[in-house]
Amino acid sequence: MYYDLVVIGGGPAGLAAAEEAKKNGAGSVLIIERNEELGGILNQCIHSGFGIHVFGEQLTGPEYAKRFIDRLSGTGIEVKTDTMVIGISPDKTVTAVNSAEGYLEIKAGAIILAMGCRERTRSSIAIPGERPSGIFTAGTAQKYINVEGYMVGKRVLILGSGDIGLIMARRLTLEGAKVLGVVEIMPYSNGLKRNIAQCLEDYGIPLYLSHTVTDIKGENGRLSRVTVSKVNGFEPIPGTEIEFEADTLLLSVGLVPENELSRSAGIEIDSRTNGATVNEEMMTSVPGIFACGNVLHVHDLVDFVTEEAQKAGKAAAEYLRENKDGVSGETIEIRNGANVGYTVPQKIDTGKIGKFAEVFFRVRSVLNNAEISVKAGEEILFSKKREQMLPAEMEKLIIPKKVLDAANGRTITVSAEEAEK
Amino acid sequence: MTYDVAIIGAGAIGCAVARELSRYDCKTVLIEKENDVAMGTTCANSAIIHAGYDPKPGTLMAKYNAEGNRMAGEICEELDVPFRRCGSFVLAFDENDMKTVRELFENGTANGVPGMEILSGDEVRKMEPHVSEECVGALFAPSAGIINPWGFALAMAEQAVLNGVELRLSFAVSKIEKEGGNFVITGKNGEKIAAKFIVNAAGVYSDDIANLIGDRSFTQNSSKGQYYILDKNQGELFDHVMFQCPGPLGKGILVSPTIHGNLMVGPDANPGSGKDNTATDRKGLDHVIAASRKTTTAVNFRECVRNFAGVRSEPSTHDFIIGFSGADDHFMNVAGIKSPGLSSSPAIAADVVKMLLEAGVPSGKKENFLRGRKPLRFKELSPEEKKAAIAENPAYGHVICRCETITEGEIIDALHGVIVPKTLDGIKRRCGAGMGRCQGGMCGPKVLGIIARELKIPPEEILQNRDGSFILTGKTGKGGDADVL
Amino acid sequence: MIKNITCICCPKGCLITLDTENPEATIKGNACAQGFDYALGELLHPMRTVSSTAKITGAIHPRIPVRTSGNIPKEMIFDVMAEINKISVESPVKCGDVLIENVLSTGVDIIACRDM
Repeated sequence: MYYDLVVIGGGPAGLAAAEEAKKNGAGSVLIIERNEELGGILNQCIHSGFGIHVFGEQLTGPEYAKRFIDRLSGTGIEVKTDTMVIGISPDKTVTAVNSAEGYLEIKAGAIILAMGCRERTRSSIAIPGERPSGIFTAGTAQKYINVEGYMVGKRVLILGSGDIGLIMARRLTLEGAKVLGVVEIMPYSNGLKRNIAQCLEDYGIPLYLSHTVTDIKGENGRLSRVTVSKVNGFEPIPGTEIEFEADTLLLSVGLVPENELSRSAGIEIDSRTNGATVNEEMMTSVPGIFACGNVLHVHDLVDFVTEEAQKAGKAAAEYLRENKDGVSGETIEIRNGANVGYTVPQKIDTGKIGKFAEVFFRVRSVLNNAEISVKAGEEILFSKKREQMLPAEMEKLIIPKKVLDAANGRTITVSAEEAEK
Repeated sequence: MTYDVAIIGAGAIGCAVARELSRYDCKTVLIEKENDVAMGTTCANSAIIHAGYDPKPGTLMAKYNAEGNRMAGEICEELDVPFRRCGSFVLAFDENDMKTVRELFENGTANGVPGMEILSGDEVRKMEPHVSEECVGALFAPSAGIINPWGFALAMAEQAVLNGVELRLSFAVSKIEKEGGNFVITGKNGEKIAAKFIVNAAGVYSDDIANLIGDRSFTQNSSKGQYYILDKNQGELFDHVMFQCPGPLGKGILVSPTIHGNLMVGPDANPGSGKDNTATDRKGLDHVIAASRKTTTAVNFRECVRNFAGVRSEPSTHDFIIGFSGADDHFMNVAGIKSPGLSSSPAIAADVVKMLLEAGVPSGKKENFLRGRKPLRFKELSPEEKKAAIAENPAYGHVICRCETITEGEIIDALHGVIVPKTLDGIKRRCGAGMGRCQGGMCGPKVLGIIARELKIPPEEILQNRDGSFILTGKTGKGGDADVL
Repeated sequence: MIKNITCICCPKGCLITLDTENPEATIKGNACAQGFDYALGELLHPMRTVSSTAKITGAIHPRIPVRTSGNIPKEMIFDVMAEINKISVESPVKCGDVLIENVLSTGVDIIACRDM
């Protein structure tokens, strides 16, 4: 079995990447999706708020997915659902299984990785205590409630004020659960401000900043009590315990790009993003294998996933057409400087960009009057002011090509610091 | 009806005794207070089949360990239980530790442990490059192995049931009386079981069970041990079980690959923490990390897949307690099963059954001792075998647990196995779905749906683990309370 | 009185301030015209969209995602939820199909958010 392009994952990233690749001349294109239908996590994100950048309107997750799913028809893009990829080799052979066709070995001209991410669990942050039932990651609870139609609890505490946690606070309230509060270890929320307003404030749900869960107790097998303590930095402060009589604890404590398959293909992984190291075309360290969406780095808006996936799709088509992966200009490495957690891409080929390059990054702490700078050594090549910067919000920096040319092959660093008054 | 033997407790010991007894024409019942077998200490321990150099010669632990190690290998082979004889090190960091290492070598020699060697620090690091530079030498015992402990107990229980042993789950013994020379065992819900002999294999509760017949010859304390299980990228760091020198509280913090490919680090020791206490605590978990640094600094604890605490047995006698009770010569204690209990379990079971037969339990051997079906483990198959498996049953082509690559076919097999699990963790223990890095976040709802479908029970009744650990609280669509606005 | 309002029109979430005595003249902090309207509306008659799921039979899942086709008064959120919970639809349903017309006379419909 051969396809010019195999796209692994049929969520927002995979859908947009496949479409864009096909549009740009990729021959045979196959999307492999592990679930029974396309759309990925969007299918369970029934709230509104998707698509403002891409479509200029507010859509629910299923509606946003449908726009892309509908556009597949007539393109000749093939889809295999209920199909799990179990291996990718560096020579671009994809191994997958499904019930209908069995064990598949698919040779690909190019591959786009779009497997998304997974939720961090209770164990990944080592929350101590007993192990009763009633502890869910927010996304798992969302699936039970929005897709399966089952409630996960009656008195709910939520740890983590990321968007999924906030959205679930509202959703559970609408379905009749009592949400006792949202607990956040950081001194600020990691969710969008509008979600704080319309998911918590609307329903009088308290937000406990600088607090975390320090103990868990169960009764007859089910969660019965959650202890929350104030923190100093990340250290719980003794004597500040608040006890919540909760039968349910939802965890919205971060997402991790799901790159076990990528590792098996020998792709270089950036320990800062937990995603592949890519260039400006979203190509990984293995020529012809691209990555986009949450498998590359965790996004906060699906619209940006779509844009990134389109970039990867276009580049994959180009790779197939030119059948080359040669560097055409100078490769400039990008490092994170002060206050910057990571950048994507991590390197840029100046010969492959147009008038400018887009670099995504996140800051490590809140900045209220920020100056973003691009430096080569001590030399400031470029700087830009930004009013407020939050770790929760992915930043996009547009760097003019002439700035990159001025780097002259040197490694550049992206920093974000409080501007001098 | 009156059973010949009632075994109380379906942990590794109870299951091993049940299996051994099921070779004979005696009527046996295996009684367990939880809703599945292997739910106590058997499920939460270091998952090691020890070589046998730890116990002092002359103890029952010394008597059974090395022999149990050999037998465990055979049983795992026969019942297709994941087991790897990877070998273990006891690391020494100073001359005092080296003295301990030499003592352990002597113990091991006396206990019949094969193939031991004392190695230099450099020799250790040649075999295990991530061992600390501070290590000056070690005892190496090639016969130690890593095992799936609950899988081991489960496979033995399944074989026992297949060969006629009756399994009574969710039967918590509250009373034992003597009527007409037989025991009458009463459960918490009033149900009764009559038996001529009792084997007390109730783990940390075995003193409570012995007390029910007036046997107060021992007490059974408990000590909680907490562990880290790390993702498979950390499992690659070590090939062998890495112990530090044992101290007064046990074998110390170990770093070990698991049979599933993860890395295990732990346990700490919390004597007197309570028989039911399997809660983890910050202090203990931090201690595990800190103490492991002595062995290696290579472990990335951010790759944690699961923390857990297990309760291990600390008998007042400091040794296994095996034999008929002074209070009743038809009541046998198999108690005080501390480490190396799992390793010793097959040898203990063989001895226990020998004693039971000598005491009058029907000793006719069954003509056909059934072996049971080997479970299909899809991810371990070759491409050709995978093709064949899916062709035969398309459910093997449907991967449900993506972290561990477990298929719907394997979950259905588990649900129609000899001992049917009714919980998500029961499925996890049988086929590994939900054991991986997302801890069932992705596959949980799917597995729940498959259990509901296959066993024809409503999703709201499906449990996570123990009785009462329900997952769902009803259907959506009931509306909410406008007062919150 | 000075009032702070977090705009929910887009992910930017502008913090808008206004003086309740003279709101129109004092609205500040909005990055766009939509924000101006939102702040004024939020002060006088706050409106929200509602999304939930409705019962569906004969489909791939037991619930179908639905939403209000436009904004409804905030105080009617739970009333609208109750109306959504009353209905049961049969597959096939098309994305955009009106499942409840003019729900509670709000002038807004309950529509399906996907094909199912």
